[in-house]
Amino acid sequence: MKFGVVIFPGSNCDHDCYYAIESVIGKPVEFIWHQDTSVKGIDAVILPGGFAYGDYLRTGALAKFSPVMKAIGEFASKGGLVYGICNGFQILTEAGLLPGALLRNVTMKYICKFVELRTETTNTPYTNLLRKGQILRIPIGHGDGNFYADAETLQRIEDNDQVVFRYVENPNGSLHDIAGIVNEKRNVLGMMPHPDRSSEVILGSADGKLIFESMVNALVSK
Amino acid sequence: MKATVIVTLKPTVLDPQGMTIQRSLSSIGLSDVTDVRQGKIFNVDVKDGSREQVERLAKEVLTNPVIEEYRIVWE
Repeated sequence: MKFGVVIFPGSNCDHDCYYAIESVIGKPVEFIWHQDTSVKGIDAVILPGGFAYGDYLRTGALAKFSPVMKAIGEFASKGGLVYGICNGFQILTEAGLLPGALLRNVTMKYICKFVELRTETTNTPYTNLLRKGQILRIPIGHGDGNFYADAETLQRIEDNDQVVFRYVENPNGSLHDIAGIVNEKRNVLGMMPHPDRSSEVILGSADGKLIFESMVNALVSK
Repeated sequence: MKATVIVTLKPTVLDPQGMTIQRSLSSIGLSDVTDVRQGKIFNVDVKDGSREQVERLAKEVLTNPVIEEYRIVWE
């Protein structure tokens, strides 16, 4: 089992994710360069937080043209686990691997604080060790985390049980309090909060670890 | 050839930046301005006969169709 963490120019949580997998979860992990054209040998890809391509044009907009994104698209279409955190979530929506878009926070402020998330479904490779309704304490750090989708798409996401996490108190204006969603095939997850910053008690919460451990569980039982 | 690509949020999408601008106007006496929507303008140079490349640029790069729409003004 091997995890891969993508480095885009401007990623800044790549080492946090690498550390969480290697030192906290104790699984093999390697970096994947944005120019790479293959994710061969990787079982789960993490798109970390940060400001890929400086967030120029729109958050995530230019990262989707990176060579590695074509390989990740093919990996995802074959059922591979692709997990976007914060900027990684924004990139996945821009690339069309997840529905919707992330708009500027309704408060116009960059928000960096711990929030509470409610687990809405355990039927994903990312939440199989959680209980439905379980509250996780995980921090956010974003200026563009305001989830938007048109009414029809939003209805489809809800009907298909694709909402994975909702904010207990909505910090950014996201429709339906959405903090994280999966695609229809349930192998691609995007969420704004950072489990990579909350996988050890010394960081204020170890709740994020449960998501990475669920991924391991899903890969083992595959 | 020169083109201007204008990208705006769809009317149905909330624009927190435009709203913040509009809300701040009353303090300088512009109280009759009832709505402001923020957008982006791109000035593009393209070789003659390649208009379709600007169309693709606008559609595939400059605009996120989930939230935005565009129009192209040719000089």
